[in-house]
Amino acid sequence: MSDASFNASTVTAQTRADEASFGDYFALLKPRVMSLVVFTALVGLLAAPVLVHPFVGFCAILFIAIGGGASGALNMWWDADIDKVMKRTKGRPIPSGKVEAGEAMAIGLALSGLSVIMLGLATNWFAGAFLGFTIFFYVVVYTMWLKRSTPQNIVIGGAAGAFPPVIGWVAATGSMTLEPWLMFALTFMWTPPHFWALALFMRSDYDDAGVPMLTVTHGRRATRWHILVYTVLLALLAVGTSFSGIGGPIYLTVAVVMNALFLRGAWQISRRTEDDSEADNFKVERSFFKLSLLYLFLHFGAILAEALLKPYGLGGWS
Amino acid sequence: MSLRKSHELHQRRFNRNLGVGLTLAAFIVIIFGLTIVKVSGTGLGQPTQEVQN
Repeated sequence: MSDASFNASTVTAQTRADEASFGDYFALLKPRVMSLVVFTALVGLLAAPVLVHPFVGFCAILFIAIGGGASGALNMWWDADIDKVMKRTKGRPIPSGKVEAGEAMAIGLALSGLSVIMLGLATNWFAGAFLGFTIFFYVVVYTMWLKRSTPQNIVIGGAAGAFPPVIGWVAATGSMTLEPWLMFALTFMWTPPHFWALALFMRSDYDDAGVPMLTVTHGRRATRWHILVYTVLLALLAVGTSFSGIGGPIYLTVAVVMNALFLRGAWQISRRTEDDSEADNFKVERSFFKLSLLYLFLHFGAILAEALLKPYGLGGWS
Repeated sequence: MSLRKSHELHQRRFNRNLGVGLTLAAFIVIIFGLTIVKVSGTGLGQPTQEVQN
């Protein structure tokens, strides 16, 4: 990244190895998080009772994804100091020295503005404004404010990751009803058990970075109970959603099976001691974390299946 | 007259430049596509009254 590298005679092998490639800039957008945003926003868009032109739908999802990526870049800019400390994040473009923090901020701000304007132009300004609010919520409310100040950071910050299906729905309809908020609630309630399970087996990471994770502030026993309580509430919500406009027999089947497995995992986590977990290298916590990924994917997949089958008289309860 | 050999910097940053170029090209395609879709829709059609007249 050094300007000195312009002079070929001064270029060293080290400089070349440190130079950012296009992929490093792309990594600022947190592609893995983006894939969740794309999927849930797509489900929100397709579950809406309005037909959207395929190209407009494609653009809507693309700009929502870019908005999500932009907030990821701004998160990496602000959190560069703690990313450097945590094992999980120290390979990211800024702590690894490939991209400068200022570059990440510029890319994040530019893509934020671009995604909001383009989504507004492609669909409607309500959707554009909602995307702007989501970026603000993730970057300012979660990253800058809550993440380092409260152990409830994951709970409230999880809202930012839960907005994409609502934005997808609003992009299609231009209005709001109960159904997109049920999808929001599903992701919102899913986030705490998902992240707290991760915090249980990545313990030193958050401790070292001084992030007030529940495991650090309230102890690991309390975290295990929190996972169970949130999972019970999530299960009630997830199964209850079966009887709404976005539910149906397919969704109900998925919800019953997945929530039974998820509850079992949360119960096992709540019963385990630290010695149990240390003995098997957090096997139960790790498998609960993996299950949580499948959990969300299958729930949204079932909502999508119900929506896609509706035109053939198969989806939903009617 | 032979062409000047391209600077080492260009080879080194080819990947990055190609990525930026393709991204910009994709953006142009998207704007063009959106324009076509919007113009072909009802939004910019002739007002009903004029069509009737």
